[in-house]
Amino acid sequence: MAKRIEISGLHAYYGGVHAIEDISMTVEPRSVTAFIGPSGCGKSTFLRTLNRMHEVIPGARVEGKVMLDDEDLYDSSVDPVAVRRVVGMVFQRPNPFPTMSIYDNVAAGLKLNGVRRKSRLDETVEESLRGANLWNEVKDRLGKPGAGLSGGQQQRLCIARAIAVQPQVLLMDEPCSALDPISTLAIEDLIEKLKTQYTIVIVTHNMQQAARVSDRTAFFNIAGTGKPGKLIEIDETSKIFANPEQKATEDYITGRFG
Amino acid sequence: MTSETGARTAAAARRHAGGVRMGTGRAGDRIFVSAARGSGIAVLLIMAAIAAFLVWKAIPALQDNKANFLTAEEWNPNATPPRFGIAQLAFGTVVSSLLAMLIATPVGVGIALFISFYSPRRLASGLGYVVDLLAAVPSIVYGLWGLAFLSQHMEGISRFLNSVLGWIPLFGGDSPGKNSIFTASVVLAIMILPIISSISREVFLQVPRANVEAALAIGATRWEMIRMAVLPYGRSGMIGGAMLGLGRAMGETIAVAMVLTFVPGINVHLLENGGATFASNIANSFAEASVTGRGALIASGLVLFVITLLVNMAARAVVARRKEFV
Amino acid sequence: MTTLSTGRGPAGKAAGPSLTSVSAGRKVKDRVVQGLVYLAFLLALVPLVSVLWTVVVNGAKRLDPTFFQFSMNAVSGSDKGGGAYHAIIGTLEQVLITSLIAVPIAVLTAIYLVEYAGNGRLGKLISFTVDVMTGIPSIVAGLFVLALWLLTFGFDYSGLAGSLALTILMIPTVVRATEEMLKLVPNDLREASYALGVPRWRTVCFVVLPTAMTGIVTGVMLAVARVMGETAPLLLTIFFTKAINNDPFTGPQASLPTFIWEQAADPSQNSIDRAWTGALVLIGIIMLLNLVARFVARRKAPTGR
Repeated sequence: MAKRIEISGLHAYYGGVHAIEDISMTVEPRSVTAFIGPSGCGKSTFLRTLNRMHEVIPGARVEGKVMLDDEDLYDSSVDPVAVRRVVGMVFQRPNPFPTMSIYDNVAAGLKLNGVRRKSRLDETVEESLRGANLWNEVKDRLGKPGAGLSGGQQQRLCIARAIAVQPQVLLMDEPCSALDPISTLAIEDLIEKLKTQYTIVIVTHNMQQAARVSDRTAFFNIAGTGKPGKLIEIDETSKIFANPEQKATEDYITGRFG
Repeated sequence: MTSETGARTAAAARRHAGGVRMGTGRAGDRIFVSAARGSGIAVLLIMAAIAAFLVWKAIPALQDNKANFLTAEEWNPNATPPRFGIAQLAFGTVVSSLLAMLIATPVGVGIALFISFYSPRRLASGLGYVVDLLAAVPSIVYGLWGLAFLSQHMEGISRFLNSVLGWIPLFGGDSPGKNSIFTASVVLAIMILPIISSISREVFLQVPRANVEAALAIGATRWEMIRMAVLPYGRSGMIGGAMLGLGRAMGETIAVAMVLTFVPGINVHLLENGGATFASNIANSFAEASVTGRGALIASGLVLFVITLLVNMAARAVVARRKEFV
Repeated sequence: MTTLSTGRGPAGKAAGPSLTSVSAGRKVKDRVVQGLVYLAFLLALVPLVSVLWTVVVNGAKRLDPTFFQFSMNAVSGSDKGGGAYHAIIGTLEQVLITSLIAVPIAVLTAIYLVEYAGNGRLGKLISFTVDVMTGIPSIVAGLFVLALWLLTFGFDYSGLAGSLALTILMIPTVVRATEEMLKLVPNDLREASYALGVPRWRTVCFVVLPTAMTGIVTGVMLAVARVMGETAPLLLTIFFTKAINNDPFTGPQASLPTFIWEQAADPSQNSIDRAWTGALVLIGIIMLLNLVARFVARRKAPTGR
């Protein structure tokens, strides 16, 4: 159920600000693609254009094409709500619904899609929590609020919530930046496991993390403040880290930059 | 949260250590603190005095009263012997305010949702201001408008409701009119709309962006996002706002006094002319009140004071509960 | 991993869900709610527009110089002419006295709550009382002044008595507005002042208050606008007079709200017309105060960053 994403000529704007410029790339299915680059280079913005979350911000808009297999996400016939059902997202800070129990958090997306039968919900909730490596820790307190979990557990809960609706693609926006090293490791293990099922795109600030979890890495950069972010290069992760084509990539990776 | 309070205390402590010990400012500081604290205490005293004097001036009239103050429907404090009770007033006050709250809450919450989530962002504050203008219109003007304009149109609406829903006693009766408790409720609903919508808007503004995005990211429509992330978070705020509106409606005087025609006796047919509330009765009867009459009005005002106090305190408690949550 | 690969997705059938649209039911519900929400806003506009329109149309009839130059002295309800001069004078005097009493008490109380009370019990009690005071029905404030000032102390009806009642209604609004503004003043500013050895009271008076001043002024103006339209407490405290009484301390005085109340109670069309013009003038003053207050607030944001 994983799909390939082909982006071509993508620009994103916030009001009058040109945030990212002319990005084209292919994201392979059943693999992990990491986006790295300095702060403000537009990698998170770019990620948000892949499930049309970018336009949630007032005044934001997008130009270009994002093909999910053979469908364009930005075609006029496409409903952004349906897109987000197919392209799931995990955020920088864990954001379980504070008023819902652990169970209800995971079941939220299913209920939206009209799943009402208790047995079916139970089954998928367990499946998703197991999939997020969280089942054993929470199976005795499914009725408790999700906000009561630790940060790392909350983030895995959010992943469970995202995969419960069985998306094609999973977008992760710096999913470990608010977590401690042990929780980070747990998420990285989980990513490793999820990539057999999903197309995963992860934005990260942590280059070791990119090197550890990803198959391919894309490096983004900006020419200066106020300039739009650009894709510098994308390649096999091993190649990017060992022998990048571009000097800017090498400078960034070896720490000679920002 | 604890660390935040900690930081605040630390800042306060630093403040104390900083300025106060300096020699030169001491007398000035003392005088200034006394003035500030004195004003605060004056506020406390005013509240205490309100309760005390209302009780004190109500007692003689209550002693002279030959009817049961709580259960009697009649209001004849100027007669000899004086006979008066608050049953009709309490009925009119509670029913008209509750009805007003029922009408205004969905609309008020809807307005808040519109301004927070549906209107173009650039217009939001302007639209909020427009709704606040409803609160700036004085109640005497609502009364005038209610009498000259609204009640004329309410007659037809009341007839219609009576013919369709007449089998429900509240909408029943033979002669639906324009100066009814129902009309008063509609005027009250308009008057409490701004407070309900502004308090709801306040809590909607505080809904964490992260929750909104979480809902959208799992493929929620705008309404589903509101149902999942906004309404549960804002629930206590909306309830509290509705209750504050209720409290305000109960104490509202002039508009009700102008719209309602006084007819003695409790009438459960809300579409028929007649009815009275604590406040409207005070405004209407004061000019002709004798000594006992004034005492009786003060006694009824005391009851109104206590009821609104309880409603408001409960509302504040509900609104405050949200702050502990999350 | 095995559990996942069972792949019995609830919605994820082989072909995968369509991107073009969510289920019709969900979409309809979304649209219906959107319609209701728009409707709610329009519903709120109806009375606002209707009130303003009615007041302007009906009030314009008597918006003539006579209305501002004459009182109702020796004018009976059915007569033409007559004016609200006495009522306008009364309202202005009463509101001025109210502000003179209420603003210092309220601002000092707010200063106590923000700058001195900390987490103390007295502070919490005062804060709670202010909350409760916000909800006092205006007629109850009038009854209190009636019970205290008129019945206990034996004073006569007067503009001052009305002001006392209005004071009770104005204090909590101004306290809350001032509190909000004082809280916005950054602590760094206070600490910078202490660090220079400035005593605390001077810091509050010459650093904190000036910083918060525009906000406080806005709050006071909005409170004045609110209090100006109050009718109920005045009925019980200033009583009625048709004549000009420039002295707010002795004898019954008129006011715009009570003028409207009185004129509206008279069935004669000439009286009703005067009531509408009174309403137009009252609303005009209140809206003007509101607009100026917003303007002041916008001109200068409460805190400099």
